[in-house]
Amino acid sequence: MSARAETATVGAARGAGRSRQLAEAIFRFRELGIVLALGLVVGVTTIHNSNFLSSTSIQQLLSGAAIIAMLAIGETIVIITRNVDLSIGSILGISAYAVGVTFENHPHIWIPFVFLIGLAIGVACGIVNGAITTIARVPSLVVTLGTLYVIRGIDARWAGGHQVGAASLPNSFTNIGYGTFLGIPYLGYAAIVAVAIATYAMRTFRTSRDFYAIGSNPDAARLAGIPVDRRLFLAFVLSGGIAGVAGAFWLSLYGSVDAIAGQGYEFQVIAAVVVGGVAIFGGSGTVLGAALGALLLNTIDSALVVLNVSSSWSSAIAGALLLGAIALDRLVSVRIAPALRTGTRRSTRG
Amino acid sequence: MVDRLRSVLRWEGALVLLFIATIVYGNNGSQYFLTRGNIFFVLLNVGEVAIMALPLTLIVITGEIDLSVASILGIAGLTMGELFQHGYGIWWAMIGALAVGVLAGAFNGLLITQLGLPSLAVTIGTLTLYRGIAQGILPTDTIQVYKPPYSNIGVTPIGGTEIPWSFAFFAVLAVIFGVVLHATPLGRSIYAIGAGQEAARFAGIRVRRIKFWLYVLSGLLSAFAGILWTLRFSSARYDSGIGLELFVVTIVLLGGVSIFGGRGTIIGVALAVIVLGSLQTAMTQANQSPQEQNIVIGALLILSVVVPNAPGMYRRARLRWQSIMARRHAGEAAEAAEA
Repeated sequence: MSARAETATVGAARGAGRSRQLAEAIFRFRELGIVLALGLVVGVTTIHNSNFLSSTSIQQLLSGAAIIAMLAIGETIVIITRNVDLSIGSILGISAYAVGVTFENHPHIWIPFVFLIGLAIGVACGIVNGAITTIARVPSLVVTLGTLYVIRGIDARWAGGHQVGAASLPNSFTNIGYGTFLGIPYLGYAAIVAVAIATYAMRTFRTSRDFYAIGSNPDAARLAGIPVDRRLFLAFVLSGGIAGVAGAFWLSLYGSVDAIAGQGYEFQVIAAVVVGGVAIFGGSGTVLGAALGALLLNTIDSALVVLNVSSSWSSAIAGALLLGAIALDRLVSVRIAPALRTGTRRSTRG
Repeated sequence: MVDRLRSVLRWEGALVLLFIATIVYGNNGSQYFLTRGNIFFVLLNVGEVAIMALPLTLIVITGEIDLSVASILGIAGLTMGELFQHGYGIWWAMIGALAVGVLAGAFNGLLITQLGLPSLAVTIGTLTLYRGIAQGILPTDTIQVYKPPYSNIGVTPIGGTEIPWSFAFFAVLAVIFGVVLHATPLGRSIYAIGAGQEAARFAGIRVRRIKFWLYVLSGLLSAFAGILWTLRFSSARYDSGIGLELFVVTIVLLGGVSIFGGRGTIIGVALAVIVLGSLQTAMTQANQSPQEQNIVIGALLILSVVVPNAPGMYRRARLRWQSIMARRHAGEAAEAAEA
């Protein structure tokens, strides 16, 4: 034991530096890898059919990806804490329906106000998820699987067979979904701003560093004095709130809403997050990676249509990519874990 | 041991009360609820789900999860339909469906036991993958699967009784599962894995092998449920049984199986099958839509994990209250000392 410690002390600085570089290189590799995969998909598809890079198809692709990327921000935060939020599709659905109904009853409502309505509904749902998970200390998987169906059921009961059509929505609202600036849809800018803010916040604030600490080792985080329950609660509220706002954006993009809006989004979003390099065990990953994952999955969806592969295969491809991503993560972590472990031991000594 | 037994009895007692409440509710909702013929519909509705709940019970007791069961049901039913449509006999179609189920379960098991991936992530992935493959093969069409003597299995009771075939299969399987889980070394190994995987491994239990075969079993029985489903509706579609994982997981947890592993009984799960089956039928007959029924079932799912944790919640709340009071007393004492 002491012999190993001796050898470890020799060349401490070099070893610590190298393992940190290794870890950083792997994370960069992941984001770079997604960008390369994106380039490959776009390249192959464009060679096959040059219409793929037409401005309208790019706009559609980016708008759809923007919604998933926004949801992925919230899901990333939750997954980093070693939890999961399966209810985001249902939250998006009920929020979109609430916004639609608001427009039906108050056609001249101030637009930012409907986003506040979406936010409020999302936060309320997030509070329910967070409260049950932290107060009863039960797995979030079960809680959010339950609220997925409860929220969807409430939505269905509220909506009945009713559909809010595009005619009820003011142009200034649907313009948010359709409008573009310099060829990029407004939704794309909204997602970029959201990802930028979230990236800054996740790197900077103590609270967000706590998310990573909790996900790495919940017991150690508790012993280190991190208010684990409060942080988990916050993670679910953020995830719910983001899904609520995304519901308003969703309605502005698709222009009509009934009781099944956003059904199944949770699996698309989890696939995007995991493909984007967020570890499903918690503790590592970035919002930027998750957003790039969302962009990649949506690009593949659009490419399938252009390549004349039936778009009905997109769900199978998302599932396969998800499995490939967690398997890759596992293999990489098995390789680098020893390097990181010696690195930590050395740095505590030095 | 006595404590453990008492808590099990309390849980199953609560299920019996829930069952009585359901009967009262069902009787108020429809005059036909308590008729002889209705038993058939109650049991018919839960047959497939109940069969899938048995292997999932064992998987949850080992501390893992399988969310892909409903997708395996779908892809197995679709395999059966495709083979039947391409002129294979109904028996070959059914064997093909079972083979697909075994493969799907083995794929789950390999990823979880050989690569060491978390079962939650793997089965969320294969939930999407298996359903996605089914959707890719048959996006919109419905295949008719009608072969008279066999199709009757799906829609008629066993001669002279009110018991549907699917529920009879469940009953036989439940007895086998109950004996294996509660009275064999294999069953004790399954509990041991759930109580502490490392300890079980050091005690010489082949943890990975047992887990692998449990996933294969889950795939096989989900495919069997897919066959029954296909016979019941005489058709195969890619979205057969979509979302049924909620029911299966709810039955297992409502049956008193701990989501943390190591605890649970087959009797509890069988009781949960009957409670959920009658509740579902009662709500249908009271004109509640499937989506509205999901509100109740989702709430039951959450309650079934929250209620067992209630003592812990109470203890933490009391500790917190005591520490607040202690701090206040300390403050008062300090003030008194200053004065």
